[in-house]
Amino acid sequence: MTRIAGGLIDRNTTLNFTFDGKGYTAHPGDTLASALLAADVRLMGRSFKYHRPRGVMTAGSEEPNALMQVRTGGRQEPNTRATVAEVYDGLEAQSQNRWPSLAFDALGINDRFHSFFAAGFYYKTFMWPRKFWEAVYEPIIRRAAGLGRLTREADPDAYDKGFLHADLLVIGAGPAGLMAALTAGRAGLRVILADEDFLAGGRLNAEAGSVADQGSADWARATVAELAALPTVRLMSRTTVFGVFDHGIYGAVERVSDHLAAPVAGQVRQTLWRIYAPHAVMATGAIERPIAFDNNDRPGVMLAGALRAYANRWAVVPGQRVAIFTNNDSGLASALDLQAKGVDVVAVIDSREGGELLPGIRHLRGAHVVDTSGRLGLTGITIDMKGRRETLAVDALGVSGGWNPNLGLMQQHRARPDWNDQIAAFTPARGPKGLMAVGAAAGEFSTLGALRSGAEAARAVAEALGRQAPYALPKAEDQAYRIAPLWAVPGASRAWVDQQNDVTVKDVKLSHQEAFTDVEHLKRYTTLGMATDQGKTGNLLGAAVMAELTGQSIEATGQTTYRPPFTPVSLGVLGGRSQGRDFKPFRHTPSHHWAAEQGAVFVEVGMWLRTQWLPRKGETEWRQSVDREVLATRKSVGICDVTTLGKIDIQGTDAGAFLDRVYANTFSTLAVGKCRYGLMLREDGMVFDDGTTARLGPHEYVMTTTTANAVTVFRHLEYCRQCLWPDMDVQIISTTEAWAQYSVAGPNARKLLARLVDQDISDAALPYMGCAEVTIGGLRARIFRISFSGELAYEIAVPARYGDGLIRALVAAGEAFDAVVYGTEALGVMRVEKGHVAGNELNGTSTALNMGLGKMVSRKKDAIGVTLSGREALLAEDGLRLVGVKPVNPADAMKAGSHFLKQGAAAVAENDDGWLTSLVWSPHLGHYIALGYLRDGAKRMGEKIRVVNLLAGTDILAEIVSPHFIDPEGERLRG
Amino acid sequence: MLIPHPLLGLRDAQEFVYMGDAALIGRPDGGDIATLHNYLYLRDNPAGEHRELWYHEQGDRSWLVVTRNTATHEILGAELARDVARAKGRSK
Amino acid sequence: MDKLLKPLTALGASAPLRKSLGPWELVERVDVALASVAPRRGREGEVARADVPVPAVAASVQGDPWSSFWLTPDMFMVEAPFASHEDIRAHLLGIYGDAASVTEQTDAWVRFDLLGPGLERLMAKLCNVDVVAAPEGYATRTVIEHMGCYLIKRAPSSEGAVTLYGARSMAGSLLHAITLAAGTVA
Repeated sequence: MTRIAGGLIDRNTTLNFTFDGKGYTAHPGDTLASALLAADVRLMGRSFKYHRPRGVMTAGSEEPNALMQVRTGGRQEPNTRATVAEVYDGLEAQSQNRWPSLAFDALGINDRFHSFFAAGFYYKTFMWPRKFWEAVYEPIIRRAAGLGRLTREADPDAYDKGFLHADLLVIGAGPAGLMAALTAGRAGLRVILADEDFLAGGRLNAEAGSVADQGSADWARATVAELAALPTVRLMSRTTVFGVFDHGIYGAVERVSDHLAAPVAGQVRQTLWRIYAPHAVMATGAIERPIAFDNNDRPGVMLAGALRAYANRWAVVPGQRVAIFTNNDSGLASALDLQAKGVDVVAVIDSREGGELLPGIRHLRGAHVVDTSGRLGLTGITIDMKGRRETLAVDALGVSGGWNPNLGLMQQHRARPDWNDQIAAFTPARGPKGLMAVGAAAGEFSTLGALRSGAEAARAVAEALGRQAPYALPKAEDQAYRIAPLWAVPGASRAWVDQQNDVTVKDVKLSHQEAFTDVEHLKRYTTLGMATDQGKTGNLLGAAVMAELTGQSIEATGQTTYRPPFTPVSLGVLGGRSQGRDFKPFRHTPSHHWAAEQGAVFVEVGMWLRTQWLPRKGETEWRQSVDREVLATRKSVGICDVTTLGKIDIQGTDAGAFLDRVYANTFSTLAVGKCRYGLMLREDGMVFDDGTTARLGPHEYVMTTTTANAVTVFRHLEYCRQCLWPDMDVQIISTTEAWAQYSVAGPNARKLLARLVDQDISDAALPYMGCAEVTIGGLRARIFRISFSGELAYEIAVPARYGDGLIRALVAAGEAFDAVVYGTEALGVMRVEKGHVAGNELNGTSTALNMGLGKMVSRKKDAIGVTLSGREALLAEDGLRLVGVKPVNPADAMKAGSHFLKQGAAAVAENDDGWLTSLVWSPHLGHYIALGYLRDGAKRMGEKIRVVNLLAGTDILAEIVSPHFIDPEGERLRG
Repeated sequence: MLIPHPLLGLRDAQEFVYMGDAALIGRPDGGDIATLHNYLYLRDNPAGEHRELWYHEQGDRSWLVVTRNTATHEILGAELARDVARAKGRSK
Repeated sequence: MDKLLKPLTALGASAPLRKSLGPWELVERVDVALASVAPRRGREGEVARADVPVPAVAASVQGDPWSSFWLTPDMFMVEAPFASHEDIRAHLLGIYGDAASVTEQTDAWVRFDLLGPGLERLMAKLCNVDVVAAPEGYATRTVIEHMGCYLIKRAPSSEGAVTLYGARSMAGSLLHAITLAAGTVA
């Protein structure tokens, strides 16, 4: 064990976990990485391409190497960063990308053939033969190069989403973020402080400094306690702000239960928050960057700031003999921190010349690390002091190539950052409106500077909101940060730039040599900056190496585009609660419960559940039920729930004139108490929707739309009313939900309804296409004498709460007539038998003329779509026309989706004569019948054509007939 | 995105349905095929300032004319479409 | 009057639901009649002078027997006791004559009243309305789990009373969404 004194862990509690099957212990406050380091485990993974042994490199969410598969079963999750995964009792972790074991990985052979695997290797190598691309090469490459594996089981956990509002969103709870939240919270602003860590404090927890005369971590703790007590401040730990969206909308994921073996009952695993905040401060700190030198990727080589964090926060030193390689002052501070902790700091290799030497440490100026040794873990480093080489035995090396302000979120809006020579890094310039960088994220690297910039930002936000936010800065370190840029140490072997993607300095050189010099090309050619870490540690280093090769400045070389998410986000949380049965809401009609009691089979129509058919005892096959429902309806009477059809109440003194503009046919002339079938066009002349519209009063109509188009028709009417004719006196509102509506169809329909309706509904009182407001047992109801089935039929509507009562009353009254209740299948059969168009024919590319309804388009007035429906090509005489189709041999089963071909014509697209749109078995006729669009169809009645379905392998001879298979004269409906 | 609704203040764009160029308001009522064709099909698609129609479907059902920079998503203003239509001389 | 047809609630029950959700209570209301009112063009003054209160933009007005809340720039919803105003449209036409278009909306909606302090924690899981900042009486349309709803803030946040009107056909899904959300914050 290499635990030292101190640390922000709870040593009174011991947690057990396993890594690759071996048991280890940890304490609350530990990450998987800190606990493994405490157990002297340095080897944590294998690299992506070369399968190089790798250890932990960082102490935060930027980790490129220590990716593990955590948990088992449905919760198994690949690519978990050990540096941020909290240990819970019973945690099981596995290393990735190795076989058979982490210490002996067969594909480690890739490393020997590294020259073969240089950047772009598969673009060049796997080119021929072409048919091998998907069959052979890709599976092999995918197997060899990879990260973790997904579970094949369903995720057992629930996810959630929510919405939050704040005056100020503070992203990050380091010194700048804490101070910003404190200043704004004390001033009474609504503040959200979101921090990706489980312990607020940021670098205050990682460094052994002091703030306000107490330990910096203690100050963080005290500040969090004060913030928690402020009523307008919401503290959100384990919450990553992953995306900055337009106009002050932020995406965040709160890991509610990731630190537990399983969520507690009723809780979710993670929550996706949409945060609305007109002001936000980005207090995301800075990310340390490595220096490229030969074999800089061995387990034990880490960032210097990470070494420091493990020692201070987790009381872990990942080695007995430690060296630091730095080009800046923070490396020196790390060395002093470690030394103060009693760690044996063998040497500080400082690439800079001159300056003060650290007391009591072997501090080498103008020196470089040029190579390392140790197969599965660091055993030594070779240093170069102006040509003089020396090998030091060390088992941990902290590297600091400087710090990059963590600009990821701001860069999501393509703000071009400024290059700051002072810190040799990019600093934020102008981000999206309302988002301000503070602290180290703004290049303020001293603690006092961070505190000040956080407080100042909060004060500015408060002032913008008309509030005062005075503050007093606590005493804190305020040292200047000095750096002399050093990116890559020249060498003969491989020096890693991006460890996650195995990109080396040589790969960058190759990219340059092949003219992929733009950073975006460099990224695609070498994979620099891809995958789970998105190049948080390596990107700038890669760009700097490229800049040295091209001779351009780093600023001119630039950075690749940043996009959300900042760190990986699970797909589960993006789905939130919308999964499985909760993927979308269900809509139930008022008599749904009755139908369910009767054993109805339901079909989803949009969000509606409609009765598809209602099986009776002994019926085992759907056709038995549907055939029975159709025959019984045509013989006597059937009842169908048609509540789902869209209903729109249209009132106003201009209601009739308005309908004349939105329908192709005329409605202003419709008599009160009458219904009319209406055809609605899009402006391009195609049929948009159809339905029956009734005139209930001089200035009152109720429009029916198809179930599917209810929402879009309403939107269209509002568009016409507001954008096109804003002074028309028309008021509209949907009443779909207000009424329960049933169709009662069949020769005995009137007799059945007469038993319930209080008024006279004889043919004289309510003729075909009549409508009236009536009562049922005194309850207000509406009756429409309209028919979709071709039978004598009515639709009767009552307020929705009485729908259940009405269906029961209809069924009871229907017993005397052997009435049936029929579903959408029988409805479909009867409408095809009658030749009515429905969704299959209203496909968005059909005109009224195609449907045989050309005469309905009135040319006497201007209505939406009328003019353009008159375009020459749409009026072509030999265009598609709706026809009926029946098989010459009644035993032949035509197939849905078939196309029409002339006899003898080859089944190729050029010979296509149209297609079959709707196909049903007609129990009435005893064979299949269909509707379809046939080229020049009106003139081809009686012609024999072929109904061909190449997928089903059918080729059936059929006859073209009128689409009205039953009662073409309409005698039944007028009966 | 947030749409500055002239009556309701900032509202999430998720509540709206987008329809495109606000030039659609200028429907040439009673026009011939060529006029209607140009109206329906020939529209600008600028990278920059654009006046466009948004419908507050999950809100107050207002059609709005939103002036938006399509390159930056900056929103420069929003008006009730009926006011825009009336200002263009549309009535009944 | 004992009707021929027996009514059911939107959830398919004979009596409205009352249910506790952790610290909060959910009360289904079937005792309110609803109608939309839209003044005819040029008749806005007559509508404003009637006894039914006209709400301001995004606001509601409580009264007896008439309450109302804002729907669109030219339409508002009127609430009245169901027992005395079941045929609410007839009542309102008696008041407005032909000055307004009136549409019965009673059964188009399921109404859930959520009661109890700290409701903002529950609402944060349901919709994007800032119920803390919203003034008392605030009325807005919003979306809850893909479902369009009207939300009315009936009392200050310290007391906590929010009315949700959702589409009647989605009553079950809306209740399910509220219950699930409450389970994560209760």
